[in-house]
Amino acid sequence: MAIMTIRDAILQTLHAEMERDPDILLLGEDVVGGNGTAGGPEAIGGIWGTSGGLYAKFGPDRVIDTPISESAIVGAAAGAALAGKRPVAELMFADFVGVSLDQIWNQIAKFRYMFGGKTRCPAVIRLVYGAGMNTAAQHSQSVYAMLTAMPGLKVVLPATPADAKGLLTEALRGDDPVMFFEHKTLYGVKGEVPDGDHRQRFGEARMVREGGDATIVTCGRMVNFSEKAADKLAADGIGCDVIDLRTTSPLDEEAILDSVEATGRLVVVDESPPRCSLAADICALVATKAFSSLKAPPELVTGPHSPIPFARELERAWVPSPQKIEAAVRRVLAAG
Amino acid sequence: MQLSREELVGAYRRMATIRQFEERLHEEIKTGEIAGFTHLYAGQEAVAVGICDQLSVEDMIVSTHRGHGHCIAKGCDVKAMMQEIFGRAGGTCKGRGGSMHIADLSVGMLGANGIVGGGAPQAVGAALAARLDGKGRVAIAFSGDGACNQGTTFEAMNMAVVTKAPAIFVFENNHYSEHTGDAYAVGTARDIASRAEAFGMKAWRANGCDYFDTYETMRELLDHVRAGNGPAAIELDTERFFGHFEGDPQRYRGKGELDRIREERDCLKAFRAKVAEAKLLDPADLDAVDAEVAALIEAAVVEARAAPAPDPATVADDVYVDYY
Ligand SMILES: Cc1ncc(C[n+]2csc(CCOP(=O)(O)OP(=O)(O)O)c2C)c(N)n1
Ligand SMILES: [Mg+2]
Repeated sequence: MAIMTIRDAILQTLHAEMERDPDILLLGEDVVGGNGTAGGPEAIGGIWGTSGGLYAKFGPDRVIDTPISESAIVGAAAGAALAGKRPVAELMFADFVGVSLDQIWNQIAKFRYMFGGKTRCPAVIRLVYGAGMNTAAQHSQSVYAMLTAMPGLKVVLPATPADAKGLLTEALRGDDPVMFFEHKTLYGVKGEVPDGDHRQRFGEARMVREGGDATIVTCGRMVNFSEKAADKLAADGIGCDVIDLRTTSPLDEEAILDSVEATGRLVVVDESPPRCSLAADICALVATKAFSSLKAPPELVTGPHSPIPFARELERAWVPSPQKIEAAVRRVLAAG
Repeated sequence: MQLSREELVGAYRRMATIRQFEERLHEEIKTGEIAGFTHLYAGQEAVAVGICDQLSVEDMIVSTHRGHGHCIAKGCDVKAMMQEIFGRAGGTCKGRGGSMHIADLSVGMLGANGIVGGGAPQAVGAALAARLDGKGRVAIAFSGDGACNQGTTFEAMNMAVVTKAPAIFVFENNHYSEHTGDAYAVGTARDIASRAEAFGMKAWRANGCDYFDTYETMRELLDHVRAGNGPAAIELDTERFFGHFEGDPQRYRGKGELDRIREERDCLKAFRAKVAEAKLLDPADLDAVDAEVAALIEAAVVEARAAPAPDPATVADDVYVDYY
């Protein structure tokens, strides 16, 4: 076990997997940085610090700085995957998925099915997502629900360094397209990471803690916020199950249903607007498959139905907070 | 050059306002009070001002993530902009947008844009709308040497040509897109204007660190577009004096590069030298403008700092005009 940040877990996993598998290549804006400048290549190793040293080790055929052309970046990943390689394409901000959406939505997600199961498209798209840095409406969104809704894509959201390593390794060794979401405020989070080969199966949620009175289902940055809320509640003798989904497609239905059947109370925490959200999806799952065990109406803790604002006070009001999660748990307990 | 004394003083004032606005932000950001990403326009003032000085308030511009200069040149209120960047309720966009999303449609500023390449297609639409009104208005898309590589920019150029839209593509080549050089990322040998020509429009090139060259070249271009000849493009060779964003360590710069460009390619210095040489303006007049501008920027910062933050209860306001 080593203690490291999520940033380093991702960087080291890329190093290790590229070493192991010569078919892996990385594409993105400034993943090398400094090309065509006096500073030279690798003057900057990716603006998030997740690609340092890759270019020096693996060279320009495998670590490729691209122009600002998200459609072509993701489309090139699609083509490279069809041609038998394992491309990793980085979207510097998940919001730019908008620029490249056709290549994900109509192409990568559909190849295998459309072509009668004859193809594989093992493209890993890394998307840097989430609010919390006052980067406003076009640089803060959590677009995982939209991509979870699309059949053909796997959607992964590590919340710990160990999962960053385990899930990225799994993504790079699997044969399906993976949307790998990295929360911009979590890069510096430290934790233990298993040494050597570490794969985390998709569709296997992490039971962060067991408490028995209410179930909190969440992912990404909201895992930590939910734990904070659960700490507060624990001081008042209220125990929460906190479930970190790890992946939203595939979804670990069993973990959710087992917990709700035991607690009878559901709170879903989702860093996105409420409509057609992950929160709504989990709620529908529980309503259809565990209705009789519910003691109270579920609570959804999400942002409002609005874009994400810039000013600190407004962004804070937008993002689900530990306080809002705590209040939601108290409401489900009060209701039954 | 037939610019009047007033026009010259005005041009200098607008460029100095942008410069001092940005230099002040560079200092204010260090205090940690300003949130989010801020991309400073200093170094490129001659482009925004040399172009917008020839536009009426009805002409429209579409800007970029590096938009403060375009906003000031087009006539946005400097104090409201400062409040926006400080995230205040009295900001241009009520503190919801911040530095990357300043817009003021009342002065024809259709919006800064956080999506690189997001603006060019919108300028085509604005130009088609302008043509419908028949008043000879034009719409301008500002794009960088990075944005010129987006498919949206290519599509916009072709669509403007085939629809003969009075759209103008302004390419501000400051030689960097974030940390990558135009020598690497612009495949046509650093030449962006030739792309516009390949799409079938006339393109000009000018020194974007020289107000007069930018102004003169743009005048020809505007005559061409306003005469109903369809779209046109201009590439301006310019410089950015600060990092890509505030906090950028700029390890991609050559040794002494910043000192050199500040010495040799400063549009304000060049402007001062030209008007002094031609005996058009007295340096003391320009010093007085600098002082006035400094007072304005100081007041803008003091007021922004003291201004109230937005009410968190308004977080989901203004999503729709109406919703029922
Ligand atoms: C679609 C999209 N891709 C990437 C980015 C990240 N980004 C912001 S500015 C920038 C560089 C833009 O370069 P250029 O167009 O030359 O403008 P400059 O910054 O030089 O003014 C990049 C890559 C973005 N905001 N939007
Ligand atoms: Mg540039």
